[in-house]
Amino acid sequence: MVKYSYVGKDVPRLDAIEKVTGTALYTGDLRFPGMLHTKLLKSPYAHAKIKKIDTSEAEKLPGVRAVLTGEEAPYRFGIYMSDKTILAIDKVRHVGEPVVAVAADTEEIAEQAVELIKVEYEELPAVFDVRKAMEEGSPLVHENLSEYKHAPFVYPKPGKNIANHFKLRKGDVERGFREADVVIENEFYQPQVQNVQMETHTSIGQWLQNGQINVWTSAQSPFAVRHLLGVGLGVPLHRINVVVPYIGGGFGGKAGLHWEPLVVLLSKKAGGRPVKLVMTREEQFYTTAVRQGFYGRIKTGVKRDGKITAMEILYLWDAGAYADYGVNITRAAGYSCTGPYEIPNIKCDSITVYTNHPYGTAYRGFGHPEFHFATERQMDLVAREIGMDPVEFRLKNAAVPGRITATGEKLREDAGRVDECIKAVAEAIGWGKKEPKQVGGKLRGRGIAALWKAPAMPSFTSSSAILKLNEDGSVTLSISSTEMGQGTPTALAQIVAEELQMPIEKIKVVTKRETDFGPYSWQTVASRGLFMEGNATLDAAKNLKEQVKATAAELLGVPKEKLVVAEEKVFVPGQPDKSLPLASLATAGIFPDGRGIGGPVLGYGMYTAEGLTNLDPETGQGLPALMWTFGAQGAEVEVDPETGDVRVLKMASAFDIGKTINPTIVKGQIYGGIVQGIGSAFMEEFIFDQKGKLLNSNLTDYKICRAQDIPDEFVFIPIENPQLNAPHGARGVGEHPRISIEPAIANAIYDAVGVDLFEIPMSREKVWLGLKRKGERK
Amino acid sequence: MKKEIEFTINGERRKLIVKPNELLLNVIREDLGLTGTKYGCGTGECGACTVLVDGEPVVSCLTLAVAADKKTITTIEGIGTSENPYPLQLAFVETGAVQCGFCTPGMILSAKALLDKNPNPTENEIKQAIAGNLCRCTGYVKIIEAIKLAAERMRGRKR
Repeated sequence: MVKYSYVGKDVPRLDAIEKVTGTALYTGDLRFPGMLHTKLLKSPYAHAKIKKIDTSEAEKLPGVRAVLTGEEAPYRFGIYMSDKTILAIDKVRHVGEPVVAVAADTEEIAEQAVELIKVEYEELPAVFDVRKAMEEGSPLVHENLSEYKHAPFVYPKPGKNIANHFKLRKGDVERGFREADVVIENEFYQPQVQNVQMETHTSIGQWLQNGQINVWTSAQSPFAVRHLLGVGLGVPLHRINVVVPYIGGGFGGKAGLHWEPLVVLLSKKAGGRPVKLVMTREEQFYTTAVRQGFYGRIKTGVKRDGKITAMEILYLWDAGAYADYGVNITRAAGYSCTGPYEIPNIKCDSITVYTNHPYGTAYRGFGHPEFHFATERQMDLVAREIGMDPVEFRLKNAAVPGRITATGEKLREDAGRVDECIKAVAEAIGWGKKEPKQVGGKLRGRGIAALWKAPAMPSFTSSSAILKLNEDGSVTLSISSTEMGQGTPTALAQIVAEELQMPIEKIKVVTKRETDFGPYSWQTVASRGLFMEGNATLDAAKNLKEQVKATAAELLGVPKEKLVVAEEKVFVPGQPDKSLPLASLATAGIFPDGRGIGGPVLGYGMYTAEGLTNLDPETGQGLPALMWTFGAQGAEVEVDPETGDVRVLKMASAFDIGKTINPTIVKGQIYGGIVQGIGSAFMEEFIFDQKGKLLNSNLTDYKICRAQDIPDEFVFIPIENPQLNAPHGARGVGEHPRISIEPAIANAIYDAVGVDLFEIPMSREKVWLGLKRKGERK
Repeated sequence: MKKEIEFTINGERRKLIVKPNELLLNVIREDLGLTGTKYGCGTGECGACTVLVDGEPVVSCLTLAVAADKKTITTIEGIGTSENPYPLQLAFVETGAVQCGFCTPGMILSAKALLDKNPNPTENEIKQAIAGNLCRCTGYVKIIEAIKLAAERMRGRKR
């Protein structure tokens, strides 16, 4: 066993004291001289031609500095599918889409100006249902789909509302069904929901007259913003500087590019004055991006002994009006489509469908909470059909090391163990124990659901880190993975402390990300930060040690290999005279006669995802996963048969995270993810009128969990089978706690009252109706 | 037509000229530069803008600045500093109750209002007290733990 000094310890978060004292700065807290404020004119229609825009009255209003329409911003932006302009051009595709933007001296003036703008629309037939949108003759959301640039692994179908069709074919699915004793088919549904970060999207942009562009933004990924902005506008990247201070929650919704181009273009029109945009909460719901809706159909063939022989899967994603991120969610869900099981014969079609709903983006779990609701409900339904215990059934098919995944990947020997997670959770919720079902008129039940997820990212994704040795022997770590609440920077400081055997108090992680100075990182997404930035940081710390040792070897006259770095010194163990403080080497080493040697010590480290490949366009076969984090979640619920109310008594989770770097931070991710999932399970749902207008675009009508809505008890069991190429063996776990909440609860509701639910959210009404129908059948 | 108002904020008396429809949140953030108080929804639903007015938690995004005339206001900047944090602030740091931090100032002030009146709250009373403060990161577990810890310590200090 390795003995750790800092890794695995409860080091308090580096950012906490700033945050509790109100001194932590977020984008909305920044002020610049001459700063203007933005308001948006938004579409009242789900689908309409823009006939005419008259901004003349608005432009005359004193204090208005720039009025921008789509025609003046003919740039398409995107990371995977460049289908979006920053303001609507020619037509609007969803209610809430921005049509005109105004920058003015105050928000109030900007608001008044927006009211003076006249837009003539001609309403077009709209489409809101993914299955209808795929039919021949459906209104087209994007007529020019064939002209859009997109990533090579995206397969759009021009002439149809299909932004991406991901195909996976493994084995022979027809033969698999013939071999089965039982074939079961079910349909599942999840609505569009919103990330509901407490901080709405906020950006400040400045396009100076000398061509320099400065951006301050609540973005998860500063380098992705710089790249996408530069490519979209045709501006060289060295002329763009992107700054990201603290972020008030991201959950995927602030990944990629959002409103940065808009404020930058407004600034250009306003002569280079900085322009700020703070999304209102209402705009956060329907102008900015949301989570896609989901429809799934799964057909499973199984033998009486519990071995699954085949799965035929259809996932349809309601991407809404734009699918820049949606196309990759579709792909990630497609290659993970089975959940954590080995299935010999698979046919999966995962399809991104355009509709006239608000547009979809990443939300914690990247499609996995949606499809795991389908697959993990289906596991219970199939187990019931063959009369097998759902835990035993899962273990029988579990994707353990050595088994083959849907894409043909043989799971590495040091992969995580889903079987251990399932067993741990089953024990934690008292699976199989005889306990009274009925407690004071209410009925109790238990349910379990497993899960897996790998980071969804291009195969060659990379990260880097810079570790600077300061003149007093302290070190400063620069990374470009942002701090949005997940705590990665603190974990990275622990990794540095461990590697240098240096007190954590002597390590600073830069709080602000800035592309002009910071090292490159692809994005802060996908639960990849600890693994990839962790490896880059370790590499940087090792590089720093190498530099220090090279200089010290010369000064001390000893071979470099004999030197050790620890306790803020570089020394030969057991030889007290062969020792130098790190501080004495920070700027240069000095010989007794005054000659200098070496130079400022700047450790550089990098990490590029290893062993990933493209997936075959027809079969989806290949290697998509840097690491699979496996897990299982179990719920114990209490159902009130009179009202349909469901209370979660206990939520147990186990994840094979390889190694815990900071137990408190991990628990924060677990509890927070669970409670987000519970909100989605019971309450969260976009409700539209017949014309596609969102009816619940506020936090009164769209409820997220309050403190009263959390489970009575949380149990977390860390499973630690280290992955050898991970920093200290640690795998990411940011998204996973949110993945299998809905199916675990749905399975528990069935166990309690015998009601099968196939749609999220599982409102009191749906549970009560289920109970009523069940009563009528008897 | 503007109005002159006067209040005490974080122990300091301030005289300001404000528009009659100006929101307290904007005065605190824009005029006084106290950006620890956050905008989260503008409609009193999320609690990120919570401040104490005469010891009571209010959502400053739905409070007119003129309504604060002659009152005593406390914002997050007024209860403690990095060098000398208030017990609740320290407990939030130690228990891991802070993640993205955007709800944290409002959350701490709602908790302070509770503990000032009820030094020994039950878990349900804590949940009630922070019912108007939404958090999307933590699942509230560590926040509740932090408030309990601070309550224990503050009771100990009084003894």
